[in-house]
Amino acid sequence: MATFNLNINGSQREVDVDPATPMLWVLRDHLNLVGTKYGCGISQCGSCTIHLNGVATRACMLPVSAVGNQEVTTIEGLSENGDHPVQQAWLEVDVPQCGYCQAGQIMSAAALLKNNPSPTDAEIEGAMNGNICRCGTYVRIKKAIKLAAASTKEA
Amino acid sequence: MTLVKTQIGRRAFIVNTGLASGGLVLGFSWLNACKPEQASKMAAMEMPKEWFEINAYLKIGDNGVATIYSPNPEFGQNVKTSMPMIVAEELDIDWDKVLVEQAPFNSQLFGRQFTGGSQGIRRGWEGLRMAGATARQMLKEAAAQAWQVPAAEITTAAGILKHEASGKTAGYGEMAAAAAKLPVPEEVVLKEVKDFAIVGHSKKNVDGNEIVTGKPMFGVDYKPEGTLIAMPVFPPAFGLKLKDFDASSVKAMPGIVDVFTIKTLEDDYVRNGFDTDTHTEPIIIVGKSTWEVMQAKKALRAEWQPFEAHTHTVAGWGGEQKVTVPAGLESSRDHLASMQAFDTKPARVARRDGDPEAAFKKAAKIVERSYSCPFLAHNCMEPMNFYAHVTDEKADLAGPLQAPELIEGTLAARLGLPIEKIDIHLTRMGGGFGRRAYSHHAVEAALASRQVKAPVLLMYSREDDMHFGIYRPAYHATYRAALDENNNLLAFHVKAGGIPETPLHANRFPAGAIDNYLAEAWDIPSNITIGAFRAPRSNFIAGAEQSFLDELAEEMGKDPIDFRLELLERATTNPVGENNDYEADRYAGVLKLVKEKSGWGAAGAGVSRGVAAYFCHNSYAAHVLDLKMENGRPKVDKVTCAIDCGIVVNPDAAANMAEGAIVDGVGNAMFGEMSFSDGQPDKSNFDNYRMIRMLEAPREIDVHFVQNEIAPTGMGEPPFPPVFGAYANALYKATGTRHYHQPFLSDKPRIIG
Repeated sequence: MATFNLNINGSQREVDVDPATPMLWVLRDHLNLVGTKYGCGISQCGSCTIHLNGVATRACMLPVSAVGNQEVTTIEGLSENGDHPVQQAWLEVDVPQCGYCQAGQIMSAAALLKNNPSPTDAEIEGAMNGNICRCGTYVRIKKAIKLAAASTKEA
Repeated sequence: MTLVKTQIGRRAFIVNTGLASGGLVLGFSWLNACKPEQASKMAAMEMPKEWFEINAYLKIGDNGVATIYSPNPEFGQNVKTSMPMIVAEELDIDWDKVLVEQAPFNSQLFGRQFTGGSQGIRRGWEGLRMAGATARQMLKEAAAQAWQVPAAEITTAAGILKHEASGKTAGYGEMAAAAAKLPVPEEVVLKEVKDFAIVGHSKKNVDGNEIVTGKPMFGVDYKPEGTLIAMPVFPPAFGLKLKDFDASSVKAMPGIVDVFTIKTLEDDYVRNGFDTDTHTEPIIIVGKSTWEVMQAKKALRAEWQPFEAHTHTVAGWGGEQKVTVPAGLESSRDHLASMQAFDTKPARVARRDGDPEAAFKKAAKIVERSYSCPFLAHNCMEPMNFYAHVTDEKADLAGPLQAPELIEGTLAARLGLPIEKIDIHLTRMGGGFGRRAYSHHAVEAALASRQVKAPVLLMYSREDDMHFGIYRPAYHATYRAALDENNNLLAFHVKAGGIPETPLHANRFPAGAIDNYLAEAWDIPSNITIGAFRAPRSNFIAGAEQSFLDELAEEMGKDPIDFRLELLERATTNPVGENNDYEADRYAGVLKLVKEKSGWGAAGAGVSRGVAAYFCHNSYAAHVLDLKMENGRPKVDKVTCAIDCGIVVNPDAAANMAEGAIVDGVGNAMFGEMSFSDGQPDKSNFDNYRMIRMLEAPREIDVHFVQNEIAPTGMGEPPFPPVFGAYANALYKATGTRHYHQPFLSDKPRIIG
């Protein structure tokens, strides 16, 4: 066990855990931030996507010891009032079915648009291919990302 | 006007049922700092000071805001929005004044709370309408008494009561207190379909905001202070059971609380049809955190041994029957050989019209083709899990399940508690697809909690979830058609079976459309657990049948849609036999609609098109699938879909579900496969079990609904089965090769076929 001071959603949080513990379980079991989801544990499904210094990262294979003082953003910290352009576009297009993968999808999409405000279809597909949606909402996810890109440009 | 007797689900309409407006119905509230569900919508709304319960489905606040309880578990089909829409429609209230909450599990109040078989809206429709209409009538009666005018002269609109002659008006909130004290009316008036203002008008998902902000909603999020984590260790293969294990190898590991075995079903327990459970004696490891329990799972040393064939009793609709689970370590290669052998043996005749044998004898040409598919794992994104806190007095459970009433009795028997001491909270499900109709994980959680005398959240890893599946079975079907020298269809023969059940639906199309028809079924026992998977049986047989009809149309020189319409015309005007369980004109209706909307016959350059249609779960669906070859790989460019499911309650949400069914179908047609070697599932996670991703999904999906006033029928499943046929038929057009064995694009040598 070891103590880690983490910068999560703009706050300093202290946890005492095995250094090998993936951030996914630190968030879920120790910090009660359960919006980040477990889907596969091997970086194959994207349900656990968070931002590490703004870069989309799978939390299920990221040991807490590797985080240091990098900025961690989870779905709970993406926006203060749930009004990030990607979240708003998700609501406008009514993307979710079961909803379980959607936090990860939104975190991947938000990271994409941060670096590339006007992605092409191929760029969207490339950035989102690591996120599985078992309900099959891919057509709507793509539509929502384009809407978010357009609304960000207008703003 | 439709006047109906208020008899359905009458208990739900008895005023003051004891359904408290506080903790009991809030469920999750304590997890989230006592914020009620839909906190965001409620924050934007002025909240009532007092609520008045009108019936079990709804309460009205003193300011006219209504809370409507959605009775069925939600797994993404959006019933939590569409069921309250039906209540709100008949209550005649503005949708903006409606809050929605998940109803508690209480079958005495809400009747069937089973999400499955595409029956949620179909079977809820009448009761939900009545719940709203009854409340509206009671509000009218209350106003009539207050104003001293006849109730019949009072009208309602958007939550306002009005008496035209006296000019009196009042909001629902003003009359709610008086209405709640009135007797339940014997008869109520239902709205005409043409007057619907909410049903048929798309409404956004009531949980949308909570989903996109990552609020706790799912079973895996249900973890009150002090909850321990439990994970199961199952035998590595079907056909094995526990021999011995070394608890000491993990008990001393950090965070580990206990290691023990449980028995989920006693050997003499009479099971219901959903008590499916092969691995009834798992080892359970309980610890303080998920990661620590996962490490202990890896370190645990256990020995397994083959089990003997054994028998248990299942109580089903046809009475009690003995079911024998065979011994042995099964492999998919042997399954193929067994299925091919059964295909050549005499089988059970399920339907015979005319004299098919004679017709085949005199045929000028016989077309014969065989089709197969492998087992499939459900792979819900949220792995199986359940919360339980069991004491000597009661059991408190919460988690994702499609059918709480099907596990309640099992829990009661296994825990030795009366049913009324077992409380099951319904959480949002991270997918279901049939898998969560089987709730052995709730029993595992309950037994684990009882053992450690603490609340536990029982979690499956992805590998557990995939390895202890209740899979879609492997199936095989052979179709034969007899043609005369002029290519007229003389006879049709289907022979279908599987491991361990047949996919045959003997009375479905094209039965009823062909004079000489023979349908035969066979099955092969297995110890691999199987169960419902989105459109059970239909999800294979539709693709096989629709591929065969496509090939037959080509052989006969006919357009594939015209050929199907000719058969359906025969089934409409002069049907063969009496037990045809589809309406031929509605079946033809979706084919005509998809033909029109897809611009059939005018495909663009480089586009290969396939069509398929199917009837299941009381609804009709047809697809035209446009495929392009890009860099040597098939890419689905567009799918045009036509559905007849009667009245569509929430059109955009229904379209979303159809889109999902199509993506799911394309994915499974291309890649879906679970195989076994010596009883062991060959695939364990998403690195080797290939799921469809955005790159492979159709670029565009265009969904159309047949407009009619038929009471709603199934929606979640019907658009799924025909995808396989449309895909196979388009793939043939694109490549010149017919594909008979799923998955069509497997990168590895075929296991089956």
